Amino acid sequence: MSDKVLLDYGSGGRASQRLISELFLKHLGNDELDRLNDAAVLSLSGKVAMSTDSFTVDPIFFPGGDIGSLAVHGTVNDVAMMGAIPRYITCGYIIEEGLPMADLEKIVASMGEAARKAGVKVVTGDTKVVPKGACDKIFINTTGIGDVIADPAPSGDAARPGDAVLVSGTIGDHGLTVLGTREGLDFEAKVQSDSAALNHLLVKLVSELPEVHVLRDPTRGGLATTLNEITKSSNVCCELIENDIPVRAEVKGGCSILGLDPLYLANEGKFLCVLPGEYADKALEIMRADPLGQDARRIGTMTDANPGKVVLVTPLGGKRLLGMLEGEQLPRIC
Amino acid sequence: MSFELLEKFRDPDLCRKILDKMESELDRELRFMEVCGTHTVAIFQSGLRSLLPEKVVHLSGPGCPVCVTHESEVNAFLDLAGRDKVIMATFGDLMRVPGDKGRNLKKAMADGARVKVVYSPFDTLKLAKENPDDLVVFIGVGFETTAPTIAGTMKMARQQGIENLRILCFHKTVPTALDALLSDEAINIDGFILPGHVSAIIGVEPYRFIARDYAKSAVVTGFEPLDILQSLNQMIEWRNKGEAHVSNNYTRIVGENGNPKALEIMYEVFEPCDALWRGLGLIPGSGLEIRPEWEQFDAKKEFGIEIKESPSLPGCKCGDILKGVKQPDQCPLFGKACTPADPVGPCMVSTEGSCAAYYKYKLD
Repeated sequence: MSDKVLLDYGSGGRASQRLISELFLKHLGNDELDRLNDAAVLSLSGKVAMSTDSFTVDPIFFPGGDIGSLAVHGTVNDVAMMGAIPRYITCGYIIEEGLPMADLEKIVASMGEAARKAGVKVVTGDTKVVPKGACDKIFINTTGIGDVIADPAPSGDAARPGDAVLVSGTIGDHGLTVLGTREGLDFEAKVQSDSAALNHLLVKLVSELPEVHVLRDPTRGGLATTLNEITKSSNVCCELIENDIPVRAEVKGGCSILGLDPLYLANEGKFLCVLPGEYADKALEIMRADPLGQDARRIGTMTDANPGKVVLVTPLGGKRLLGMLEGEQLPRIC
Repeated sequence: MSFELLEKFRDPDLCRKILDKMESELDRELRFMEVCGTHTVAIFQSGLRSLLPEKVVHLSGPGCPVCVTHESEVNAFLDLAGRDKVIMATFGDLMRVPGDKGRNLKKAMADGARVKVVYSPFDTLKLAKENPDDLVVFIGVGFETTAPTIAGTMKMARQQGIENLRILCFHKTVPTALDALLSDEAINIDGFILPGHVSAIIGVEPYRFIARDYAKSAVVTGFEPLDILQSLNQMIEWRNKGEAHVSNNYTRIVGENGNPKALEIMYEVFEPCDALWRGLGLIPGSGLEIRPEWEQFDAKKEFGIEIKESPSLPGCKCGDILKGVKQPDQCPLFGKACTPADPVGPCMVSTEGSCAAYYKYKLD
C-alpha cells in the first residue's frame, strides 16, 4: 500500500479491498466482520440499547489516547450508561486524502485493542476517502448496540429528591489534555486524557445494586452541563459540594491559566451516578474497587429546593448557580 | 505562586471572621464598586455574593475590557473579518461579541472568514510567518494588562522583520475611566476594589487621586475571597473613622510603581488618546494608540478605520450599570430580551460582564 491514503482507497475497487483486508481486518477482524457481507447478523435478546456518535477530535493523537480508541470508548460508554452490556459496534471512517498510512494503521490498531479490552466486536464498517480539505485528517462514526440488563434501565429523567450524586473520578482531564495538545500549551505538570471503556465497571454497578436512577458520562459540556440536563429532565435540584468534586491540581492549574472552568471540560472515562442515598456507600465501594473508579466521590445530593437547577455550595459555604455551558469555553483576555 | 499558598487566601474560618466583623461594624448601607470583571466573577464564583452582609452593596464597574469595547470598534473588526487576504487573530472573549445586524466573529467564521483564537499576542508572530501572503490583524482589546505584551509583540515583529502583522488598537486605561466616573455627580460609591492585573502593571500611584480629589477609598485587591473581604473590611474601617485612603492589599503581585519595564515598553509603542467606551461614551485621554514611529503595524491607518459615537441601544441600561447607578436585574431587558446567548448590551456580552455574571451565578 502507499505510504499515504489516496483517493483510490475509497474507490470501492482493488485498492479499497487491499485497505480493508490488509489494514482493517488485520486489526478489527472477527468471525462476523471477516465474512465481509453487506450487513452483520447479530444475536441479541430482550431489550436492546443502541447509540451512535461521531468523532472529529483534533488532534487525532493525544496523551492518553487517540481518535481510534476514543471512538470505541465513547460509544461503548454511551450504551453502558443505559445499564446495558455493549456487544457490537460498527465503524465508519471518513479519511482525508493524504493522511499518512502509518497514522491510519495506528488508529485502527488502537481501535481494535480498545474493542478487545471492552469485550465488543466490530461487526461492520465503512471507509470513505475524501479530497484534501474536505475533512480534517480523519473522522470516525461508531454505533454500538448491547443487551440491557438493568430493570428499569437508568434514565436521565429518573433522579429523585434524596438521591446521592456520585462521580467515578477526577474531572476535566480529557478536555484539558486535548486543548493543551491542540494549542501546543506546555502545562507545568502534564495531564493525560482519561479516555477508557467503563462498561465492565458499570455492569458490576447495575448488577450489584438494587436501584440506579441515572448513569451519564459527562463528555462535551462537562460535569456542569450533564448535571443540568439531568436536573431539567427530572425536575429536581442538584446541590453540589464544590470541595468534594475531585479535580487534579494540574487541571486546576491549567484551567486557571487559561480562564477555563474544569466543571465544563469534557471527560471520556468518567461517569455520574445518581441513586437512592442509602446505596451511595455500596456504590462507592464497587467503584473504588475498580481501577477506573478509584477516585470516586459523592459530590452532592438531589433536592426539591430549586427544580431544574444545579446549585454549587462553595468552600466558604456560599451558594451559586452552576448553569449550562453556552457554546464552547473560550480563553479570556486577562 | 503555589496552590497550597493560594488556599490560605480561601480559608473559610478566616473569611467567616471577617464577614462577622463587617456585619457588626456596618451601621448603614455602603456601596462598593469592583472595577475589574475578574473580581465580579470571583465574588460570584466563590459564593461571597450570597454571604456578604446585606448592608454591603457591591457594584460592577467598567473593568471588563470586552464590555467597554465600543460598538463602533466591534463593527470595525467585524468589517475586517472575511476580507480577502486577512486573518483575524483574537482572544477568545471577542468571538461572540455582537456588532450591528447580529454579526459576530463566530458567524463570520461560518461565512468563511479566517479567524484564529490565540492564547498570547506572541502567537500572532508564528501565524504571520506561516501565512506570508496574508495580513494577520490582531484585535488589540484590553487595558494596561494586555497592552505591554502587544507592544512587546510589535517590537519582536520588527526585530524579526515580520511585515504582515497589524494591530487593531482599541486599548483603554483604567485610572482615566475612574476619574471620569467619579466626576459624574450621579454616581454614589463609597469605595473601589481596584483591579489586580491592571495594577500589577501600573502600580498604586495612578489611583492616588481617588482619595486626594474625591475623598473616596480604594484598595488594590487580589482575586481570592480573603483578598476581597480584607479590602472591603479595610474600607469599612476607614469609612467609620471618616477617612479615605488608597492602598495596596495585593502586595504579593503589585508593587507601588507597578512593572516599570512593562510600562516602558507600553509607552514606547503606544501613546494616550481619547477613547469611546461602550456604555460610557467619550472619555478624553482614556485610550492608547500606536505612536507614529510604529504605524507600520497600525491596522486603523492601513484600513482607514474611524471610531464614531453611536446612539445607545433602546432600553439598555448598561451605561448606568457600568457607573454603578443601577444593578443588572434593574434593567428591563435583563434575562428577557438580553441573555448571554443573545446579548443586547455590553454587560451581558462578556463572561466577565456584570449582567452575564448575575445571569450565570445568581441564585435568587
